[in-house]
This record gives sequence, structure tokens and C-alpha cells, in this order.
Amino acid sequence: MNTNSNSYTIIYASVIVVIVAFLLAFVSSTLRDKQQKNVELDAKKQILSALNVRNVENVDAEYDKYVKRDMLMDADGNLSENTGAFATAYEKEVKENNRYHVFIAEVDGDTKYIFPVYGTGLWGGIWGYVALDDDKNTVFGTYFSHAGETPGLGAEIATANFQDEFVGRKVLKDGEVALTVVKHGKVADADYEVDGISGGTITSDGVKAMLKNCLDDYKVFLTKETVED
Amino acid sequence: MGKLFSKRNKEVFSTPLGMNNPVTVQVLGICSALAVTAKLEPAIVMGLSVTVITAFSNVVISLIRKTIPNRIRIIVQLVVVAALVTIVSEILKAFAYDVSVQLSVYVGLIITNCILMGRLEAFAMANGPWESFLDGIGNGLGYAKILVIVAFFRELLGSGTLLGFNILNYAPLQELGYMNNGLMLMPPMALVIVACIIWYQRSRHKELQEQ
Repeated sequence: MNTNSNSYTIIYASVIVVIVAFLLAFVSSTLRDKQQKNVELDAKKQILSALNVRNVENVDAEYDKYVKRDMLMDADGNLSENTGAFATAYEKEVKENNRYHVFIAEVDGDTKYIFPVYGTGLWGGIWGYVALDDDKNTVFGTYFSHAGETPGLGAEIATANFQDEFVGRKVLKDGEVALTVVKHGKVADADYEVDGISGGTITSDGVKAMLKNCLDDYKVFLTKETVED
Repeated sequence: MGKLFSKRNKEVFSTPLGMNNPVTVQVLGICSALAVTAKLEPAIVMGLSVTVITAFSNVVISLIRKTIPNRIRIIVQLVVVAALVTIVSEILKAFAYDVSVQLSVYVGLIITNCILMGRLEAFAMANGPWESFLDGIGNGLGYAKILVIVAFFRELLGSGTLLGFNILNYAPLQELGYMNNGLMLMPPMALVIVACIIWYQRSRHKELQEQ
């Protein structure tokens, strides 16, 4: 057969494309449920990590043990139970319904509030969770991760070393979000400032902007005296 | 079985590891060697992924090599590689989520790796599936070997760790004046280390030197 004729080439290309398209569609649809489950498990793992519970084996069980309620906050700072599925599309929820996710956890009898945060680093998205004590001001723990920051530099935000630096810092100063990341070695106010990553300044700035933007949305809730149900 | 591991097949497998290494001799795949070698772990994962993908895309292309129209052969190769990479990444997301998070953007980098296209075009288009498979594994491992060597020095001297474990960050050592070299974590140092490996290899094997 002449494999160089025009008609053969066109038919060959079409057949290959159709086969590959079917193959990919098949793989994607058969694996979607499992992948979704993995994304959820990963989100739960990240939330646990923000509560300083790391290296868990049975994520679902540990999550149920610590995280008591999955709440949504409206623009006035009122909380209501999240009746929908466990959602990880925080940004979408904000844009479409103007509601913000808050997770309420209990660690050793104390209430902790966990807020999802998201932003951009140098190469792509960064995200994480910030857990606060029940005074809604002191940081109890944090978790950050990234899509593709430089290993050894910006990617260090995903290490426990960096995340633990936030523990004990305060979020609000005179009603404004003051928790921030400063250039490496330039910490002036240890109550609010966290040492950035040397060589990862743009990623550190991304974390700084992310904290500012996202925690700002929760300001009404953070400054509120009582929690209504 | 004798034929499967004939002298020629052994050579197909072993030359990419040394005398015909895709990175140090053919100077292919340099871009990803820069991107993933600041730490040892992503370098190992990337090396293994490239090995698997090169081997299987080599086999697929070798099986259909006689039917591929000459004028669109590069596109066909690219479609096969892209489909394989996508399938592998979907499977990883479903069954080894942690590894897929590790790989993140590098999965996309595999498609653009010149070694893959180079092997498909230079070897799989002209050889049988078994030889192509060996060639793919050999080239993948040859690539992985260089990546691991580069990442070893970059992580050890740049961060003072290996695979995340602390090796050099101890107070007595730092009191002597030792400091981690932050420059090692910057991409240019990967090139310098690759160049040192090439220098070493060529000085030991005179036949590799150009006139």
C-alpha cells in the first residue's frame, strides 16, 4: 500500500485522532470518581496539617475526630452549616455565592477555626489553610502548598519548617490583617511578621498577599464577639 | 531467550548509560535537567517517569512504524507521546496521588523532552518493538543517571540535605565557617555540573573528543 498518498495520510490521521480521543475519554471517565476522592482526601489531609496533625494514616477517621463542622460564612460574618458536599472549590464559592468556607475543629477540648487561603506564587498557584485559636487571632497552625514553585527556593513554603514559623503569631492589629511575611532576615515585629524564604522572595510575597487578601474577607467574622449558630 | 539478549541488544541497552549518554554525549534533555535537579527526590521521580514513557512510546511507535505516513510521522509520534503521558498522569492521580502531586508540572515537561522524540525518530522508526523497548529503558536510565548525579551535588551543597534528610546542617560544622551554597539551587549551577560531568567523561574517553 502507498503510505504516502494524500488520502491515506488524511485517513490515518483521522483514525489515530479518533482512537486517542476515545482512549483518553475512557480513561478520564473511568478514573474520575477515584480522582475526586483523592482530591478530597488530600484537602482533608491539608486541613489536618494546618492543625499540626501530620503523617496521618487513616485520613477520614482522623478528620472526623478533629474537624467538627464545615461552615459557610456570609458577607456579614454569620455562619451557617455547609449542607452541600465537601467542597474544595473555595474561590468558586466566593465568586458565585459570596460565601466563605470556615472549618471548626476541636483539639484537646479547644475550639480552632480553619480558613482556606489561595493566591499566586512565582510560577503558579499557591494555597493553604490557616488555623486560629478560639480568640480568633492567634495562629495555631498553617499549611501551604504550591503547584510548581522552584524546588529548594519557593517550594520551601510547603515545608513544616516554614509553616511552623507562623505558630503563635497574631493576625489582627487594630482590626486590620497584620500577619505578614517579610524579606528573609528582616523581621522587626515578631508578633506579626514571619521570616521569608531566602531566594524565594516572590513566592514569599505571594504568601504575604494571599494571607492579606483571603484573611481580609474573614475580618467581620474575626472581629465579631460571639459565634451564632 | 538467547536472541532476546543478544550482543546487539545488550549494546542497545547499555551504550546510552555510558558512551552514548543522551545528556552528556548527545546533549538532549538539558532543559528538564535544569528544572528538576535542585532536590534529589523530584529528580529520581522524573528520571523514572521519563524511562517508563520513553520505553512504552518506543514500543508503540515501533509497532505501528510501517503504517505511519512519512509526511506526518512527527505529529503521529507526538500524539502517541502526549496520549501516553496523559494516561500515565491520570492513572497516577487515581492510584498514586502523592506521586502525581510531586510530579505536578513535570508531567507536562516529559512531553517536550527531546530525548523522547529523538529516540522515536532515530530508533523506534527503524527497529522492532523489543529492541525499541530496551533502547527506551536504556536512554531513560541514562538520563535518570545524570539527573541523579546533578541533583545529588545540588541538594547536598545547596541545602545541606539529601532526599530531605539533614546531612550538613549541624552547628559544629557551621561554627567552622561552613555555609550552604545558595547558588547551587539556582538553575545555572545545573549546567555547570552537567558540564563538569561531560568534561570528566571526555577526558577519560578520548574517542568522544571532537577534533
